[in-house]
Order: sequence, then structure tokens, then C-alpha cells
Amino acid sequence: MAYPDDRKYTKEHEWVMANGTSASIGITQYAQDSLGDIVFVDLPKVGSDIAVGKTFGSVESVKAVSDLFAPASGTVTEVNEELATAPEKVNQDAHAAWMLKITLSNPNELNSLLSAADYEKFVAEEAAK
Amino acid sequence: MSVVESAPTIRKTALNAIHRKMGAKMVAFNGWDMPVEYPATGGLVAEHMAVRTGVGIFDVSHMGDIRLAGPQALAAVQHVSMNDASRLAIGQAQYSALLYPQGTFVDDVIVHRLGDDDYLLVINAGTREKDFAWVRDNTQQFDCRVTDLSDDYTQIAIQGPKAHLLVAKLTDANLAALKGYWFTHGTVCGLKNVLIGRTGYTGEDGFEIYVSSDEATSAMVWNAVLEAGKEYGALACGLGARNTLRLEAKMPLYGHEISDTINVWEAGLDRYCKVEKPEFIGREALLQAKPAGPSKVLAGLEMTGRGIARDGYRVLDQAGAGIGYVTSGSPAPFLKKNIALVYVPPAFAALGTALQVEVRGQGVAAQVVATPFYKRPKI
Repeated sequence: MAYPDDRKYTKEHEWVMANGTSASIGITQYAQDSLGDIVFVDLPKVGSDIAVGKTFGSVESVKAVSDLFAPASGTVTEVNEELATAPEKVNQDAHAAWMLKITLSNPNELNSLLSAADYEKFVAEEAAK
Repeated sequence: MSVVESAPTIRKTALNAIHRKMGAKMVAFNGWDMPVEYPATGGLVAEHMAVRTGVGIFDVSHMGDIRLAGPQALAAVQHVSMNDASRLAIGQAQYSALLYPQGTFVDDVIVHRLGDDDYLLVINAGTREKDFAWVRDNTQQFDCRVTDLSDDYTQIAIQGPKAHLLVAKLTDANLAALKGYWFTHGTVCGLKNVLIGRTGYTGEDGFEIYVSSDEATSAMVWNAVLEAGKEYGALACGLGARNTLRLEAKMPLYGHEISDTINVWEAGLDRYCKVEKPEFIGREALLQAKPAGPSKVLAGLEMTGRGIARDGYRVLDQAGAGIGYVTSGSPAPFLKKNIALVYVPPAFAALGTALQVEVRGQGVAAQVVATPFYKRPKI
């Protein structure tokens, strides 16, 4: 699996793709694959603040709930409403199915996140466990 | 002095290598390394649907088996189980439970009458040792041999409306004559004298077969079952689908709907509990508790708001006060609703009662509905 290098990754399996001070956030291919059939995505409202490393929502498969951790801090400007009725989009293409768009409050936070290559190495180790 | 380190061993069924080869996602379940789903063939939802509309195949070898045989086997079974085993004909099985003296659950079991004085209890994986010790220790006064056969069998469940077509291809047994909760012995995949039960844990018609746990034999049968099922779109199914299927059918799961702190009346399993039997462990406490009625009862909820109830979540009344808890909650793949089994006071259990389930700090609307959530269509 090749992870796109136009974005950064967390060890909690979220991705964040920045464009200046705005960014979109989603979960990785590895995350959707581990979860299985995604049936519910619970996301914050437009205007709410999310904080790096803190829970901002959750994603549920038939069998489990997983928290979503913010890869960066910011204010939510847009929520992918499509996922409310079609959460399976995340399974179909996790790297295209963004969940939130935010205005980054501290773009430097992204510097400490994993590159595509480092994330790929990280998940390979996870999978081997 | 030397200390022998004993790491907790994870147990494997004889089909473990096959599950891994099939790319199953494996999980630790009650100390067992078991397939939760097979993503390569579609995963949990596809497996659930296969069982509801076609046929699915499960490795349930982690289940345990206790045999009671001897002149007083019936008396022993009657003493340790709540249903009335004296009503069983040879070849018949019944749902029952082992109870503590206070009327709560050691485990739920299927009692099979193998012969005149010969019974087989099929028990849960997580309670194997506890159940065996309980049965052995509480039947010492009877002239009856208690044997743990748990490791002797590979148990394969073949479930769904097309299960009978699949099994018929592999056996000479007369399946048409085999009613639900009866079993027979027949040749299966060339193996003689295989126990074939018309039992299961999915809410569908289906069979459970018990073959030798020898790895080669187990693999041969598993592969033959999958092969025979191809024309019916049979899928190998994991514990994930097993759980959602049993939940739709409101079949209890030990540690969830039943446990050592929940009694028979609370669990609503009255019709399997024969207090008219003169004696069994738990009977007196249950008779004493009967007039007052249970303080909590098992009810079915359907989520009417956006949210999924999960095991352990709190149940709230409309004002937001905590009144109970979820024992099992999940999306129901066939019903396409979010459902839950919950314990609430009887006053909140009437059909149509509006309640809430606390999901991540928020009350999400739910309604008490009739159970089982799913009932298979009568043919």
C-alpha cells in the first residue's frame, strides 16, 4: 500500500493534508482496513475547536467504536456531510474521504507528524505484531 | 528453587492455520485465537447476510463438551440444570442452564440425550473449566461419570436457509426427518458416526457437526463443507457475524445477558426453567424471588436517534436519569437498524417506551421494541 506523500500521518492512523492554514483530516487506509465495515462516523460541528492529540469524534464499524484523534489543532470550517449517510465511503477510499476541514491554529504542529514513508514503516511494524 | 514461568497460553482450534491462510482477521476471544471475520470474502456484514439468505460456516470448536454417563446420569443432569431433561427422547436436545444456588448463571448449555443414561452438555468457551469443575463437583453423589470432551471435537456450524442443502451433499443421514433441536449420527465426508445436530446460534435453521479434533480430519471436513457450499454462495463466518446474528435473534451471550449476577427471571428465560421439577441447584432461590418479581428485566431497544448503543453504555429515561445498561448493542446488518439488549426496571420495559442511551456523554433516543428483533420466516 502506497500512502500519498501530499499529507502527514499520526500513529493513531489519521491523516492531515494542509494547504496554507487550512487542512483536511481523515483516517488512513490501514485504519479503515482494521475497522472493517464502517457504519457510523460521529464528527464535531462547524465552528467547534479541536486540539492536537485530543478526541474529536469517533468512527464505528459493526463490531467496534474507535476514537478519532486530532492530528492538529484548529477550528472546524467544514464537515463531510456525505459520511453521515454513506460512511462506507471511508472503506472505499479512505484517503479521499476527508472528514473535517479546519483552519490550523498552529501549522507548526504538522512538523512533528509522520511522513508517508515513516507511516508506512510504522504500519508494517504494527501489522507484524 | 526454580520458578516455572507460565505465560497465559492462547488456545487454537484445529482449524487455526486454515483461518489464517484464508486471511481471517483474528482476535483473542475468551483465551482463544479465533477468526472475527474473513475480509477476503467480504467481511462481517457479507457473512451475516449469507447466513440470513443463504448459508454460512463457522468454526465453533472453542465451545466445550461435557459428557455425563452412567446409571444416574439423568438425575445428575436434572440436579445441575434448570430445564427438564427427563422430557428428552434419545436424539433430542434442549436449551438449559447451569445455575448457582442463588439462581444466577454458571453458564447456559445445550443438553443432548445421547442414550438411555448418556448426556452431552455443550457449553461456552469462556466458561469451560468453570463449568466442568461445577458439574463434576456437584454430581459426586450420583452414580455417573463426568468427562470433559472439549478437546476431542472440532465443531462446525452450518447455518442458514440453505444449510440443509449443503449438509445433505455430505451425509447419508436423513436430514428431512431431523427437526430443530434434534440430532442424529451419520456418515459425514466419509467419517462414520458423526453427531449432526439441528442446532445453532444464529436464529436460522442450521446444523452443528462434531468431528474429531485431529487437524487433518478437521481440515478435510472444513474444506469439504466450504466446497459443497460454493453453489449456494456459502461464506466462512467469524465471531463478528456470530454475535450480530445471535443478537438479532435475542439469543443470550454469557457475560452479557446472563452472568453470575443475573438470575433466570431477570433474563426472561422462564420457559426454560422448570421449577415444577422437584429439585435443582438454584430452584429454591428462584421460587423465593418469584413473588416479588425481578427488579430489572431484559428488554430490546431500537435506536431512533443517530447513534449506536454498545455493551456497557448507560440507559437513561426521557429526563436523562440513569435507569439501566446495555448488555449487547450493535448495528443489525440484516435489519439495518441499531439495536440493543438492555436491563431496565420493569416499569420502563413496556413496548413503545421512549428511552435514551448515553453515547459518549449524549442521550440518544431509543424505543423499547418487541423481541426477538429478528424471527426467521416460517416455511
